Amino acid sequence: MRTIEKSKFSFSSLLLVLLFVILAALMLFPLYALFLASLKPATELFRYGLNVRLDFNLMSLDNYKSIFSGQGAAGNYFGWYKNSLLITTLFTLLSLLFSSMVGYGLGMYRFRGRNFIFTLVLVVMMIPVEIILLPLYKLMISLKLINTIWGVILPFVVSPLPIFFFRQFALGLPKDFMDAGRMDGCSEYGIFFRIMVPLMAPAFGAITILQAMNSWNNFLWPLIVLRTTEQFTLPIGLASFVSPLGNNYEALIAGAVLAILPILVLFLFFQRFFMEGLTVGGVKG
Amino acid sequence: MQIERELTKNPRRRSYQLGNSQKMAPYVFVFPFLLSFAVFFAYPLINAGIMSFQEVLPGEVSFTGLDNYRGLWNEDFGAALYNSSRYTIWTLLLLIPVPMILAVLLNSKKMPWSNFFRSTLFIPALTSVVVAGVVFRLIFGELDGALMNTILHLFGISSQRWLYSSSLGMFALLVLAGWRWIGINILYFLSALQSIPAELYEAADIDGAGAFRKLIRITIPLLKPITIYVVTITIYGGYAMFTESYMLWAGKPSPQNIGLTIVGYIYQQGFQYFNLGFGSAIGITLLGITLLVSLVQLTLTGMFKKED
Repeated sequence: MRTIEKSKFSFSSLLLVLLFVILAALMLFPLYALFLASLKPATELFRYGLNVRLDFNLMSLDNYKSIFSGQGAAGNYFGWYKNSLLITTLFTLLSLLFSSMVGYGLGMYRFRGRNFIFTLVLVVMMIPVEIILLPLYKLMISLKLINTIWGVILPFVVSPLPIFFFRQFALGLPKDFMDAGRMDGCSEYGIFFRIMVPLMAPAFGAITILQAMNSWNNFLWPLIVLRTTEQFTLPIGLASFVSPLGNNYEALIAGAVLAILPILVLFLFFQRFFMEGLTVGGVKG
Repeated sequence: MQIERELTKNPRRRSYQLGNSQKMAPYVFVFPFLLSFAVFFAYPLINAGIMSFQEVLPGEVSFTGLDNYRGLWNEDFGAALYNSSRYTIWTLLLLIPVPMILAVLLNSKKMPWSNFFRSTLFIPALTSVVVAGVVFRLIFGELDGALMNTILHLFGISSQRWLYSSSLGMFALLVLAGWRWIGINILYFLSALQSIPAELYEAADIDGAGAFRKLIRITIPLLKPITIYVVTITIYGGYAMFTESYMLWAGKPSPQNIGLTIVGYIYQQGFQYFNLGFGSAIGITLLGITLLVSLVQLTLTGMFKKED
């Protein structure tokens, strides 16, 4: 192997790079087409469909201006943006706190019922939540959580996948640190927050991206819980632009481009942690 | 003796230690899950079971026995079941082998800039299904100038009305699924590949094994646990698919139900027609299907033999 490695740009390397350049181009292409469409008037879209003709006479920032001026159907756009940011932030923070606690508890302690509780986590992971949509909706009505951000957040804030992930990670944490902490008079919770949480930083990085992504892009549950236009999140609002109620493609396309930005920025900043965390905590079995 | 006297002398300290003891702490840690499980999972699940035998009207609820389940024997549910199953099978065929091969290639020592490509292929996963749906609805538009039709013209094929035909509509759904999921599954396989010890390959080199033999004998067997995991999430994702078809057909019913999925049917019956009882029966049936499929899958992959 070593001898091959020195010729780093062998013929097969070139082929591999070529293959992946084509693949990457294909993957990015729809986003490029979307961006291009956001610079053109919607009439162009209706006449020719989504295309990649570069016609600089047609291109302008008008679609973005119409969103920022907040007129007509796009008037709620930044309200939705704010709702999405608020829900995503709260959801991600709470989810990190709870799932790290539960995962740590399951991974670090031996106690009665541990295996049973872990089995329950796996059961929740294996059953699609869509099955319980209707009774969950009724529950939200009786808890008076319909049309509130807590109605969107609470039912799924303790989700099984991050728990599973944190447990896998906690299994690899040094148990000696726990005893050392106890010797120094740390409480069990002090050990968790002061010693173990910093050690689990890569897992936190990975789960932050994962949960923020899920929450920012979540569609079906917010669609059910949120009833009034002012309360909508970004995906629901954007979807309402193409719904039977109206076609507002100018705001839709430009709005879709702006909707990708926060999560893209988060990913670009945290991607190193994300990849590391996934690898370390990886699914070991 | 002395310690015991100490403790009884200071009851406050004792109770502090009880709440904070190593015995209690794990239960405090897992409490959020137990609470959430009881309120937001077990209770609604039991409720779904009960509601599936009821006719739920505003203000009055009556038991109707198996009527809801008998009502499932209709064309709409048949179409939903067919579409969801077909979608699941195709995504399994697409989203397991392709990302696995790509991950092996990315992990090879001859591959430069693999981190860059890994991140780039992941970017589609960051976009929401809503945004992706908007884009792909336009790409698969019926106009001559729409992207897919332009590509067809290159091969001398005339324009298609993609979202009006069952097989072409399924194709559009699969392209969308592939676009969003290939990068994610590559990550899963890569993380598993990176944990395979290099010594195994070195030993194989000494034995004179070629690249293909190493792939078949070492890489693929060691990827088994992660493959089981990816297969599992693909099956659940497949049967739970809703937003993709909702967006491709712009929230309207698709022609001849070619885009109707089981969850789409739950949504339609429950939230558009308010047939809560019938909707729950669809949900319970979906539960039965996923349990059955996972049982088959876990038996086939020998998951029950393994113990951690």
